[in-house]
Amino acid sequence: MARIEGQNSRLPGILRGVALAAVLVFFLFPILWIFLMSFQTNETILRIPPSLAFTPTLINYTSLISGHLQTSAGSLDLPFMHNLFNSVLLSSVSVIVALILGVPAAYAFARFRFRLGEDIAFTLLSFRFAPPLLVLLPLSLYFKDLGLSNTYTGLIWVYQLICLPLILWIVRGYFEDASPDIEYAYRVDGHSWWRAFTRIAIPLAGPGIAAAGLLAFIFAWNNFVFALILASADKQPVTVGALAFVTASGIQYGQIAAAIVLSIMPTLALALYAQRWLVEGLSLGAVKG
Amino acid sequence: MSDTALPSTPAAGPRGARLLPYVLSLPALLVCIGILVPFFTAAYYSLQRYKLSMPQRRGFIWFDQYLNFATDSDFWHTVYVSLVYTVATVVLELLLGLGIALLLRERSRLNNAASVALLLPLMTAPAIAALMWKLMTNPGFGVLSWVIAQFGVTDFKWASSPATAMFTVVLVDMWVYTPFIMILLLAGLRSLPTQPFEAAKLDGVPAYFVFFRITLPMLMPYIVTATLFRLLDSIQQFDIVYAMTQGGPGDSLLLFQVSAYLDFFQYTNVGRSAALMMILWAITYALSNVFIKQWLKLRERTHGAH
Repeated sequence: MARIEGQNSRLPGILRGVALAAVLVFFLFPILWIFLMSFQTNETILRIPPSLAFTPTLINYTSLISGHLQTSAGSLDLPFMHNLFNSVLLSSVSVIVALILGVPAAYAFARFRFRLGEDIAFTLLSFRFAPPLLVLLPLSLYFKDLGLSNTYTGLIWVYQLICLPLILWIVRGYFEDASPDIEYAYRVDGHSWWRAFTRIAIPLAGPGIAAAGLLAFIFAWNNFVFALILASADKQPVTVGALAFVTASGIQYGQIAAAIVLSIMPTLALALYAQRWLVEGLSLGAVKG
Repeated sequence: MSDTALPSTPAAGPRGARLLPYVLSLPALLVCIGILVPFFTAAYYSLQRYKLSMPQRRGFIWFDQYLNFATDSDFWHTVYVSLVYTVATVVLELLLGLGIALLLRERSRLNNAASVALLLPLMTAPAIAALMWKLMTNPGFGVLSWVIAQFGVTDFKWASSPATAMFTVVLVDMWVYTPFIMILLLAGLRSLPTQPFEAAKLDGVPAYFVFFRITLPMLMPYIVTATLFRLLDSIQQFDIVYAMTQGGPGDSLLLFQVSAYLDFFQYTNVGRSAALMMILWAITYALSNVFIKQWLKLRERTHGAH
């Protein structure tokens, strides 16, 4: 720490070190603690004072994967793995649909000045900021009439409210940053518009499209309220499933911790992988990291 | 953004050129417009006396629902709780996030690793984060309950007492979202030109003066954007509060969306729930107009330089 020079060098290095340590403890301790908890049996979890000395066990994970929990009241079937499957399915299909719809739209907004163009782009952006329940509560009544309540199709449709604005505005920035001259030259060579779009524009914006897709996946995975209102147990993703799991499993704290770890690992891993683009995604393309 | 005139790309033909952008962007819009219909439905419901449990009493009451709010103490309680939550989370997250960003400003290996590690809470689903903190504040074995007991605090009930429930959910919100402000401000700090700081250093300008006269003004567009972003999300908070206490204990955490959810599903009062959401929508609509202006300025700065 002492090596760091700069305008803040007046602040003693040791003070900076202490502050940084405190910050890291506050933000990382909860994840570490739940992670450790997931490898413990209830006996070691319930010890007072809490202790780091325990023999790690995989029993919480094996019972989650098998779907049979041993509780004090007997055996209980909890298909948490199915929630995990739902999360994977809902998030990945939503992102694929959003990419198919969003990338051409982003290209249109970046390359063409057309009447209503900006209005459409901002309408799509405004979905990001409207209260979700405003739309979800009436939608739950409509979905019943349409036969869409508790279907993957209905959920994936609604998930577009998260994925589309994100993909549209990030990818638009990448198309805008790429010069249209290359496409123009390619077109002059006699290639069709479609070939210029797929062979030149999309590869040039490739990193942006990949980043937007990863981020949209993370946000779709972390969504809670859509499925809480529109899905029943068999279609719920892990965010809603974990809450139901806590209610159902009662005091099986080790298994609750293991369920939490399985629910957050995919997004944490993806976030570490995609961290270079996170600033851009979080600011909807307004700030680059 | 709109003032960087691009040469129009030659498209299929004169007619194709005109239609192409619509063909490309309309599918995305149509998919979302399907979801917009419920917005108008909500506005319509908000003008009705409409309880799912009493369908025969359903009828138009125009703006009575909104007028009744004026004398409805539950409504004002919701406004009050939402305001406390929003102001507390945004102010605390801004101060802490700015502090951490300043701490991590230098590009060293340690600082970069720390800023990446701090992203993890932000990437945790807020509803799951609430469950994690619920485990840690469990009165029986929660590690935080144990820690404060070591300092002699034994009757602290975290989210299960009305006196401390707000503190607890604000703490969880801070854990999840402070990194959001931090990462935006850190990107802002690192993008600032270095000359003013070098000049100030040469002149021996005191650090607090540099901070208030150079750093803070130059960072302001980032601070304003990050703050508005959080304001918009915070006033709509649902996940953390619902997963932690479902609005309780009692009515202590009945934020706008939590209150509307309970009105709809618990009391089946569709009309009141819709009116509540319309009021929240009006607030967020006004805020988002201010936000989008700031956001566009920042976006032009990022994408304009080429």
